[in-house]
Order: sequence, then structure tokens, then C-alpha cells
Amino acid sequence: MEHKEIVVVGGGPAGLCAALQAARMGAQVTLLEGDDRLGGQLVKQTHMFFGSQKQHAGTRGIDIASMLVKQLEEMPNVEIRTNAMVLGRYEDGALTVEENDDFKVIYPKKSIFATGASEKMLMFANNDLPGVFGAGAVQTLMNVYGVMPAKRVLMIGAGNIGLIVSYQLMQAGVEVAAILDAGPRIGGYLVHAAKIRRAGVPIMTRHSIKEALGTDKVTGAVIVQFDEKWQPIPGTEQTVECDAICLAVGLSPFADLFWQAGCEMKFIPELGGHVAARGLDMQTSVEGIYVAGDVGGIEEASSAMVEGYLAGLNAAASLGYGGEQVEQQRHEFETQLNDLRSGPVGEKIRSGLAKLQA
Amino acid sequence: MLQVTGIPTKEDVAKVTPSLERLQKGPCAVIECFQKIPCNPCATSCPFGAIERGNDINELPVIDWDICTGCGICVVNCPGLAIFVVDLSQPDKAVVKLPYEFLPLPKVGETVTAMSREGSALGDAKVLRVQDNKAYDRTRLVWLEVQRDWAMDVRHFSRKESINEQ
Repeated sequence: MEHKEIVVVGGGPAGLCAALQAARMGAQVTLLEGDDRLGGQLVKQTHMFFGSQKQHAGTRGIDIASMLVKQLEEMPNVEIRTNAMVLGRYEDGALTVEENDDFKVIYPKKSIFATGASEKMLMFANNDLPGVFGAGAVQTLMNVYGVMPAKRVLMIGAGNIGLIVSYQLMQAGVEVAAILDAGPRIGGYLVHAAKIRRAGVPIMTRHSIKEALGTDKVTGAVIVQFDEKWQPIPGTEQTVECDAICLAVGLSPFADLFWQAGCEMKFIPELGGHVAARGLDMQTSVEGIYVAGDVGGIEEASSAMVEGYLAGLNAAASLGYGGEQVEQQRHEFETQLNDLRSGPVGEKIRSGLAKLQA
Repeated sequence: MLQVTGIPTKEDVAKVTPSLERLQKGPCAVIECFQKIPCNPCATSCPFGAIERGNDINELPVIDWDICTGCGICVVNCPGLAIFVVDLSQPDKAVVKLPYEFLPLPKVGETVTAMSREGSALGDAKVLRVQDNKAYDRTRLVWLEVQRDWAMDVRHFSRKESINEQ
């Protein structure tokens, strides 16, 4: 059994920034990551980040990860534990952890859960055929292990992930047959869409997949056009040749730990599903448990980082760290979040957050 | 329509196109950013302070073409790869500088296929220069010599021999 001051669960952008901020204020921080390396999804982001310089705009996600990890590793009051998967959270405050094939119990004074999100699946005939991938798996194969996932891919979903992964596939020398989206408009940033389109890849809104073709593996797909009520229009079916189908149809917050802890949960579609209710300080309804990043609402990594800083700041401040600067820093992070969310593309997240705090 | 197809319309492009007079004076940046997203590296990277983003990082960038020199720093710093440099200062040709993130890189003097915003082939273009340095962070600035009337249409290119090299 171990007793810790602040435990951060999850080493993605939100968790890294939460740990950094709390440590900068002087708290003893333990960062638990289930994977064998830190960085979360940042390590697959080869594009330059949007946002402002405060969120490292213009720097590639993969380089932001190394930068944050390096800063953390240099701090004597930070304990980084990879291959440490948090399994549960118990009534007495215990976190149970599987760490390098060992079972551990940790009692934190404060916890920050930054566990991220999982990919949504899509219903269609033969969706269990080999060759049907989630976009995260395609990125892991290409960008982490250097494995080409296929020769010709059909992408489902024109949100930022579908667009970015399509571009990464093209950079890896993979042909992208088309990008489909069931909605009437491209959901991702239009600059991403434009750079893919000018390289010759069609983006087909109001289209989705009906069926994957093939017996042992994907050899093609039947696609169909949707009407204004999101219903397939009979007779619009077309066959697309491809050896992989990549799904980028949204993310769900990975919120199990909050459920286990008995946090008040709310179902908010704009935030991606069930999320823990929280105050502006990122603290949930259970005292001492904070939330940061996609697990609190699906958003861009820039916002996840600032939420991490804010959760780290408030958790450390609640233990008496930080001194006089706390108020000013809190204001700075809150302003950054508002700036990132204030435009038209932030409308969905704003309406989701409004429900959360109601 | 841009939001449906990913292709900026003629009206979209007209809004961000410098005057012919300005283009004939020498290179200047054309910022094809049509959606308010939280982003400002164009403004912060410009060494001349020619790009304004206002107080709200969601505002669309506004460029002062009297100050812009067409140096291309914003082109390689734009996370959306949405900025291009167009130069009509030479009588019989246009030079377009565009961001490029594919390998292998083209060679100087190579003939490539110029592509439009729709991704269709316009015809041949000549690679004049491939600018690369550490500060560009792996986004290369490729200079293309193109037919004069394509100056506001060429936004990408494909290599003719890229398949053979691989």
C-alpha cells in the first residue's frame, strides 16, 4: 500500500499538463500510464497544432509530447510510472493498479483522472472483417510502428480525425479512395479538408458505408447516399474497391473511474456521452477527484492541455501549494480555454459545457 | 461549397485575392483561410507584422499586402497549410510557392503536374526551388513556375515519377 499526494491517471496531453502544473507548484506528483510510453494520442499527431503559442500552436503534436515529457522527467518531485494500468477506484479512496504484472494499491490525497476516450464503432454488414480498422489503430500502425496498414483505404468520417488520418495515410504512400461522412457538412477543420481535396481525394458528405465486401478480408465496400433525414436513398449504392475501411466516427469519454468513484454523471451528447459533472475548477462531485481532457468532453488536444493545467493547478492549490500566483494563473488558464472555445467551431462544446454546469 | 466538398468557391477565393497591380509588383501571400478556428501562427510567425488576427484568435487573418514581402514564412507555419505565395512580377510566367509535406521531395528543374483546388491536373509546372531548413519543421516551401493564368489556381502538385522511385 502506498500513500501519495497527487495522482494523475493517464499520460496523454491532459495528464502530462496536469502533472506538470501541480509539480511546478511544488506538489509531489505520481503519473500513472497504462501504456509503455507517455504522450497518449499526441505521439500520433504529425500535423502542426492549431490554437495559440500558449498551447504550442505551429508545433507538431508528436514534438509537443516529447517536450512535455522531457520537462516532467527533469522534475525531482514527479514520479512517472508507465505500464501502470489503473484498474479501479474504491469507496475508501484506494486506486488499484496493475503495474508490470504486479498488483498495487495507492491512496492519493487528490486524483486527476485524464483517461481520454475510446473510439466509436459503426454498424454495417461485415464490419467484423479483417481490414476494418479504427482510425487510432491505423495511426498506431503507421506512426508508432512504421507499418503500412493497407494499399487503398476508404475513410468513414470527415471530422478532424478522419481528415488528419487520411492525410497521414497519403503521406505514407497509401491511396485514399474517398472520405465519406453521413452528415451534410464536413465536420473537421476546412483547411484539413481543402489540403486533402486538392491532392485529389473526394470528400463525399451525406454518404456512408452500407456493407464491407470480401470473405476473408476487405476487398471493397458498398457505399450509399443519405437523404436529409439521414436515411439511405435506395438505388444510390456504389461499389468502392479498397483493402481497408477506416472508421473515424467519433469518440466516447473513457469514464469508468468516475462511475466507480460515485461521481455524479451526466449524459451530454455534445461532449460525447457520459461525463462527470464538474465545477469550473475541474473538480467532480466527489471531493478530491478532478477531471481533465477528452474524458470530460471530446475536444481538441489544445483544450485538453489547458484543462490539464487548470486541474493540476486547482488540485495542488487545494493542498496549499502555489502561493500568491494561483489566482492569476487560474485566470490565465480560464482565459485560454475561453479563447479556444469562443469561435463558431467551439459552439458545440460551449453548449455541452453549459448543460454540464447547469 | 467548401463545407460540403472541401473546395473553396470562386467567391471564397476572390475575397482573399490581391489586386493584379500588387501581384505584378512581386511575391505576396494569399491566405486561403475561410473558417473561424482558434489559430494564430500566421500572425505570430510573420517577421514583418503584416498579418493581423485581432484580439480573438478565432478571427480570420487580415493581411496587409503593402507590408508583405512574400517571404513564405507564414506558408510553412500555417497548421492548415492554407497559405500560398503568388508572384506575377515576371512578364511571361507566374511563380507559386506552396507548402509540401510528401516524400520523396521533387528536384529543382523537375517537371511536375500542377493541381487545382479540386485536385484536378492543370498541366505541367517546373520546380524552381525547394526551400527547407530546420525552422520550417519538415514543411517544405516548393517554388513552381507555372503558366501566368494559373497563378490563382495552382495549389498542389503531383510528381510524375514518384511511383518509379519508390
